[in-house]
Amino acid sequence: MTLRVQGLAVARGGVPVLTDLGFTVDPGHALVLRGPNGAGKTTLLRVLAGLAPPLAGRIDLPPESAAYASHADGIKATLSVTENLRFWAALYGRPWADQVLDDFDLRTLKDRPAGTLSAGQSRRLGLARLGVIGRQVLLLDEPTVSLDAASVARFAAWLRERHLGRGGIAVIATHVPLGLDAPELDLAWFRADPAAVSHGTDAAFL
Amino acid sequence: MKALLLRDLRLAIRAGGGFGLSLAFFLIVVVLVPFGVGPESDILSRIGPGILWVAALLATLLSLDRQFALDHEDGALPLIATSPLPLEAVALAKALAHWLTTGLPLTLAAAPLGVLLNLDPAAYPWIVLTLGLGTPALSVIGTFGAALTVGIRRGGLLLSLLVLPLYVPTLIFGAEAARRGAQGLEVATPLLMLAGITAGSLALLPFAAGGVLRINLR
Amino acid sequence: MSIWEYANPKKFIATTTPVIPWAFGGAMLCLLVGLVWGFFLTPQADRFGSTVKIIYVHVPSAMMAINAWAMMLVASLIWLIRRHHVSALAAKAAAPVGMTMTLIALFTGAVWGQPMWGTWWAWDPRLTSFLILFLFYLGYIALWEAIPDPDQAADLTSVLCLVGSVFAILSRYAVLFWNQGLHQGATLSLDAKENISDVYWFPLLVCLAGFILLFVALVLMRTGTEIRVRRLRALERQAQRALA
Repeated sequence: MTLRVQGLAVARGGVPVLTDLGFTVDPGHALVLRGPNGAGKTTLLRVLAGLAPPLAGRIDLPPESAAYASHADGIKATLSVTENLRFWAALYGRPWADQVLDDFDLRTLKDRPAGTLSAGQSRRLGLARLGVIGRQVLLLDEPTVSLDAASVARFAAWLRERHLGRGGIAVIATHVPLGLDAPELDLAWFRADPAAVSHGTDAAFL
Repeated sequence: MKALLLRDLRLAIRAGGGFGLSLAFFLIVVVLVPFGVGPESDILSRIGPGILWVAALLATLLSLDRQFALDHEDGALPLIATSPLPLEAVALAKALAHWLTTGLPLTLAAAPLGVLLNLDPAAYPWIVLTLGLGTPALSVIGTFGAALTVGIRRGGLLLSLLVLPLYVPTLIFGAEAARRGAQGLEVATPLLMLAGITAGSLALLPFAAGGVLRINLR
Repeated sequence: MSIWEYANPKKFIATTTPVIPWAFGGAMLCLLVGLVWGFFLTPQADRFGSTVKIIYVHVPSAMMAINAWAMMLVASLIWLIRRHHVSALAAKAAAPVGMTMTLIALFTGAVWGQPMWGTWWAWDPRLTSFLILFLFYLGYIALWEAIPDPDQAADLTSVLCLVGSVFAILSRYAVLFWNQGLHQGATLSLDAKENISDVYWFPLLVCLAGFILLFVALVLMRTGTEIRVRRLRALERQAQRALA
């Protein structure tokens, strides 16, 4: 499976931010998105995940293969760490594997209510969701926010060995080097002309 | 769908889940009514079935705005939306969880609370039967309303405004069947209509709710 | 030429702007003729006395209250299926007009009911149905107001209109079942034996035409306003983006 994007244009709040974007990511490879705040990293990832419609262009991706992760990762404070993870595994129709608790260093926390975790710990729990839902294409929006150096290294190792090493794909928007041998894509090159009217709603009235 | 249902039930029962709230609200409304209309037992027993129905309806309304809003706030909703479970099934699971945590307990609580209203002994089975038959419709209609208002900040009041008119037919047939049953009159028509509304809502409204969720997630 | 060409906002405004004054003028003329004829030139009814003359306002407003909702339902369906913005905006524009018609019908009904039935309000099926219809209008308008994104608001209110229509019809039957009522049956059905006599019937028809024209004029004007609001917003955004 290859992620292939052609002529993609995306809009945030009705204003086009990226245009004519194209790239290919082969199995086992990652792509790092670069660009200043507001460049459209989050918007692009959400469109790739199918959470928002693109303005134009095509995304070649098998259905139900992508997983999106941002700082809002739907952790329920009153459920324990294991209960949170088991829910996502069951919802995505995957068998439960204990291994993920070790991969994300959560074994000692496994019965704690998620509400009592620190910011870094609950970030690890949020990322561990990616380990249980078994999706091939990970779309990661600043995955290392509030992680310490050791946790960043651990996550990078998981990404390299357990995900990319098994033929997975990752598209990552990050400012922190993860030590992945991944090409970078500077979104500044694809900045859309903000005056261009491509937003369907407004266009109908101009 | 089972996973989502179990999670919602678990969340509702755990601390802060608001499981007991609608039940307590139901109790308080039923206790307040005699203060308002006076203690004469014959008046209370006459209006009792109606009071129980209206109180149950208001109690189901209370927990509706949590249906999707919590999952919307903490970002769980888009993650659920990208799972293999279609949003229509998500809506149905949510409605089912809502019924199990409000409609069912309210139905069971209605009989003991009927004592406070001096209900005719003949009325008890009808109250329980009509509430058991009608509250699933209230849950699924309410879930549609919650899906409609999920993106709106402080949408709770708007949700009530949208859902209450939709509750009218269920309330009329439900309370009417309970009243007629209590008086030993013919009940087949309102009972069948009530069952029809519940069945129709269960069959069709999850699709509307799923579609509306999709629009709200865009 | 297809009728859908008029769904283009510019074409819609260009076409309807000259129509609006005529519709307004027609409405005023019809209402003037119909109301004067109805109020002053018809005989007193033996059973009802002069109170019957309120039908010249009551009946047309009640009909328009329902027809406005039906028009909103059709417009919502057109929006959901064909995605014409004008259609969604027309539904939005019609809602307050329909709600006002419902209020007029309720108010004139109360004023008429007092001398006839000895009460301002009774939980009669027709009255109750109109009260419920009023609540549906209220919810529909409130939902439009609550959502900032116009397309999303159009989608959600359209679905609400659809679902609401089903429940409104259900409510109508529920209410009929619940209370058989005091209100006389429909007086305007063409085949009814006890139709009101022609003396009252003709001015009523003129009033009805007046109300229909008034509704058309108001909805066209309000839809035009909504379109201009959206156009202004689009232009503003375009200017902002050009500056950025």
